[in-house]
Amino acid sequence: MPGPYTVNAFTLAPASPQAAAISQLFVGTLIFLGAILALITFLVIYALIRYRDRPGAPEAQQNFGSRKLELLWTAVPILSLAVLTGLMFRTMIVSDPPTADAKPDLRIVAHQWWWEIYYLKSGVVTANEIHIPVGKRLLVDFRSADVIHDFWAPDLGRKIDIVPGHPNRLWIEADRGGTYLGACAEFCGNEHAWMRFLVIADPPGEFAAWLKEQANVPPKPATADEQLGAKIYRERICTNCHLTGVGPDLTHVASRRTLGAGAVENSPANLAAWLHDPNDFKPGSNMPNFKLSDDEVRALVAYLETQK
Amino acid sequence: MKETAIPEALGGESFELEAQEGWLSWVASVDHKKIGIMYLFSALIFFLVAGVLALVMRIQLAVPGNHFLSPAVYNQIFTMHGTTMIFLVVVPALIGFANYLVPLMIGARDMAFPRLNALGFWVQIFGGVMLYFSFATSGVNGGAPAVGWFSYAPLSETAFSYGPGVDYWVLGLLGIGVGTLTAGINLITTTICMRAPGMSIRRLPLFVWMTLITGFLIVAVMPIFNAGLVMLLIDRLLNGHFFRADTGGSAVLWQHFFWAFGHPEVYIMVLPAFGMISEIVPVFSGKPIYGYDFVAASTVAIAFLSMTVWAHHMFAVGLGHAFDLFFGITSMAIAVPTGVKIFNWTATMYQGRVRFTTSMMFAVGFLLMFTIGGLSGVAFAVVPIDWQLTDSYFVVAHFHYVLFGGTAFAVFGGAYYWFPKMSGRMLDERWGKVHFWLTLIGFNLTFMIQHVLGMFGMPRRVFTYPALPGWETMNMISTIGAFILGFSVLIFLVNVVLSLRGGKVAGDNPWGAWTLEWATTSPPPEENFERVPPIHGRRPLWDLAHPDRTDEMMMKLAG
Repeated sequence: MPGPYTVNAFTLAPASPQAAAISQLFVGTLIFLGAILALITFLVIYALIRYRDRPGAPEAQQNFGSRKLELLWTAVPILSLAVLTGLMFRTMIVSDPPTADAKPDLRIVAHQWWWEIYYLKSGVVTANEIHIPVGKRLLVDFRSADVIHDFWAPDLGRKIDIVPGHPNRLWIEADRGGTYLGACAEFCGNEHAWMRFLVIADPPGEFAAWLKEQANVPPKPATADEQLGAKIYRERICTNCHLTGVGPDLTHVASRRTLGAGAVENSPANLAAWLHDPNDFKPGSNMPNFKLSDDEVRALVAYLETQK
Repeated sequence: MKETAIPEALGGESFELEAQEGWLSWVASVDHKKIGIMYLFSALIFFLVAGVLALVMRIQLAVPGNHFLSPAVYNQIFTMHGTTMIFLVVVPALIGFANYLVPLMIGARDMAFPRLNALGFWVQIFGGVMLYFSFATSGVNGGAPAVGWFSYAPLSETAFSYGPGVDYWVLGLLGIGVGTLTAGINLITTTICMRAPGMSIRRLPLFVWMTLITGFLIVAVMPIFNAGLVMLLIDRLLNGHFFRADTGGSAVLWQHFFWAFGHPEVYIMVLPAFGMISEIVPVFSGKPIYGYDFVAASTVAIAFLSMTVWAHHMFAVGLGHAFDLFFGITSMAIAVPTGVKIFNWTATMYQGRVRFTTSMMFAVGFLLMFTIGGLSGVAFAVVPIDWQLTDSYFVVAHFHYVLFGGTAFAVFGGAYYWFPKMSGRMLDERWGKVHFWLTLIGFNLTFMIQHVLGMFGMPRRVFTYPALPGWETMNMISTIGAFILGFSVLIFLVNVVLSLRGGKVAGDNPWGAWTLEWATTSPPPEENFERVPPIHGRRPLWDLAHPDRTDEMMMKLAG
């Protein structure tokens, strides 16, 4: 994977209020549970040392239990878990605010094994890369095109399943700029491992510029190679998948950072290798090997690299 | 007429089957002890197979971007590893111990339904063989199922898994499910109807208490799973629509069916282990179990609660806050009776005289490892934490602490404890201690670090991963740990083989234990007891050895 990512430890570096709330609760819970573990470990080790069988050790006391103690170690856990339940309820609301009747800003459609992203207000369509403006909450509507997937960007907050026939909604936001790595977290078949995505949080100005760029039509192919590539692209039925949502829309493919939903960095050399045989990077991916010649690959790469 | 052959036919020699020899004496047997040992042996074989699968996975994950396995093969392997460990290792191992021990512990001659017992075992073996036969299916889409052990629809439907793998998975598990069900029925009936005079319900050894409750849980939830399996099979073979959202079914429905069985199943896999610990810890502490009534009653509480917590596996599905909150609270509640047990086992050691046998060391290992698994379980009951960590390596670590750190440690403890009874020979203690320490070290190296991997965002069930900072090191540590763990199992095998051939002769009661199985020879004769000792309390052999201060007298004194 290319590029400097934020290390995905939501516990250390939450990048949104939602993730921060969960992180806080998690750290608190870990301390609480750690204390219990330390107590039990101490009690066990102490008993083992103090009451070990050795010459001259006193005979074992035949006692059968104590109601008082039983009551104590039933009541104390109940009380502390009741407190934890209260904290949990508060955090649920902060980390997954109600979506009510708000209109979604984004629609994310999960496919085997890539992500399709629609900006509903501007009509921009992209894949495997979600650009958001820093500090603004966006409502996402999740749909599945096939099996169950799960959207998980640990720095930004909770994960959510994407279930066919069961649309889900979630607010996403980032309160500081950065590139956050996400992944499909529900096993979804062969290439589940390479169903990654990036959330790129930019200052609002940069985000607006990006959105505008994505809405533009890319330049017409100029050189001979580029024109040949465009021809192959049309004639080799690439569009049968890449314009119909079976595969990612390639209108601005050269502007993206990865190929194959995170399988490899998006560079001309990798694109060429990908076109030669997608199975090299992503075995079992739905992109067939078209057995393209070197010249065809060179032309296609030249063409696709213009699609910024 | 009056003195014809009827009584003779019922009780006399003419009714006895001819004594079988060689392998037929096992295969044709309806003796609970032989069936119990066969259960344990089959569990051991499947444990080795699924253990090798685990090592193959850890090799693949040792370094990022590894090409050792293709994703198609990796996905089959993790599916078979999970399915095998749960349905063909843990459950049969526990049923095997229950089969062997319950009749002996309650002073019975055999299980209530000996033939059903044999049927259940062989149906289960048949299911296991069927499941593994899937590897032999060929073609582009052939091979074993590759859908994970919970086989979520619609991935498991024909549209996305066109090969026959999932069909074998369904049919194999139906066979195993029927086998488990018969064991559950048999355990309940045996415990209720076959107890020796004096063995009242409140005097049952705690292991028998736990297997009784496990029996009820099996009977309550196994049919839910079998129904779900049949529905999935109808979808696949008869073009049904139960779990297919595109034709009006519901993918979430499968999850409800699966987990309504799947979570109680976790307790089916851990309650008998609790039972073993409740036998081992008192004997090696030289004391009766602390708070017998509370240990038994908390088991009943766990069984009831276990049927109300299933949807904590579904917090990420998006079923609403009210739904999540309900199941979060019930899941936290189940920690309370579980905690009661931990405290009682710990208290049992206090003021005792603790003998560090291998069996006791595994029991103490269980106590600490299971506590870690139980506490991370509480973290998963806290809904927002689950939203982050479910389906990550944190959950992989969590359930291995429960099922390996918990159940497997208890089963090893039980193996060292009851092997002398089953074979007549002791397992070697020096090899045993090497086995214990290697297991403890290997296990913690493998799985402790996986908590951290989960927190750093590594999803479970990925055949490879990008080279993110720290991921490579952590995965390598886990792989090294897995190989140490694998090596420890070899030590155990060597110990078993050597001890069977030349181990110290055990005698009737090598540990100075108090329950009835130690009142007969090792191994026991086919009819179990020549004479069942008198039962006036929970520790009949203690009472025999200390007529001046029997449990009854001491309990009266204590008030």
